[in-house]
Amino acid sequence: MEFVKIIILALIVNNVVLAQFLGICPFLGVSNKVSTSVGMGAAVVFVMALANLVTYFIYYFILVPLNIEFMQTISFIFIIAFLVQIVEIILKKSAPSLYQALGIYLPLITTNCAVLGIAILAVQKDYNLIESVVYAAATAVGFTLALILMAGIREQMEMTKVPKGMRGFPISLVTAGLLSLAFMGFSGLIK
Amino acid sequence: MSNIKFLTNGIVRENPTFILVLGTCPTLAVTTAAFNGIGMGAATTFVLVFSNLFIALLKNLIPDKVRIAAFIVIIATFVTIVDLVMKAFTPELYQTLGIFIPLIVVNCIILGRAEAFAQKNKVFPAILDGIGMGIGFTLAITIMGSIRELLGNGSIFDVKLVSENAKTILLFILPPGAFITYGYLIALFNRVRAKS
Repeated sequence: MEFVKIIILALIVNNVVLAQFLGICPFLGVSNKVSTSVGMGAAVVFVMALANLVTYFIYYFILVPLNIEFMQTISFIFIIAFLVQIVEIILKKSAPSLYQALGIYLPLITTNCAVLGIAILAVQKDYNLIESVVYAAATAVGFTLALILMAGIREQMEMTKVPKGMRGFPISLVTAGLLSLAFMGFSGLIK
Repeated sequence: MSNIKFLTNGIVRENPTFILVLGTCPTLAVTTAAFNGIGMGAATTFVLVFSNLFIALLKNLIPDKVRIAAFIVIIATFVTIVDLVMKAFTPELYQTLGIFIPLIVVNCIILGRAEAFAQKNKVFPAILDGIGMGIGFTLAITIMGSIRELLGNGSIFDVKLVSENAKTILLFILPPGAFITYGYLIALFNRVRAKS
């Protein structure tokens, strides 16, 4: 039951992009086409779950025993950057087809603030190992959901005539606002 | 470029928020009130100035291949300092800004300026660029915070401007309001720039 609650909260009620404002850069940058946003989403799910798994061990088995919790930000961002590199190298060698599909999105993930944000939030919420990984995976699926919805809308928008001043970022942001408004309908779904 | 130009570049011509559209996450998240904008802006400016200073100082010692990693360590050091200082002296603001203080590490304005400016310039211009960009960011999010606070709560900097019973548009301090306000502000900035 606890897991269902974490999943629903992370997926739709507190959607990472539309309610918590994490990972806005890739959300606005990669949401041009549905196909690319699926690729980006898959890469994010993979890296985020892995990042929370590793940062959990780093935090509770290195930082806490040594009493240096203040090193959290530095160590986490380093681990995430390192992890992305490793994943990229391993995929390139062992699963070239998957690398072909995800490859170009992997380097972009280091700058995705949702990865670091969710790792820190999982520590703040005192989640245990499994809860932390489930939370990260559900959040990343929520990110993918928002990305795909946005890409779908933007594909339609290509064919409409947008006023000159509103083209590009402004219209995307207003669209995201309306999407966020729709997602607010889910608030109060779970207490 | 003269020193004045280094300073003013970030405020109008290359405003990080409205022109470059960098650092969008804190821009959207913390601007529920005008004062939050100043707090977040001050924290980011501090990190920006000191990381620019140290990167400009160390640019000849950092090997080119690992420069991004080195930049991130320098930035993360100053973010940790800000985090601890704010926790100790401004606990209320620290609570409100929450996760977005440690997330200054991944704010693309800072890494962007390190890569595009600090590592190619001398120490003094790098500091000026940091200050200018910091002021530009602070001004932008304070303006956005003021608009959202005024429309959503009827006040600016906690000073009530409408009567107690007046209805305000609550939407603007909720998440959708952030996206919509930011969108229209960029559109406005584009239009002003196109005219001049």
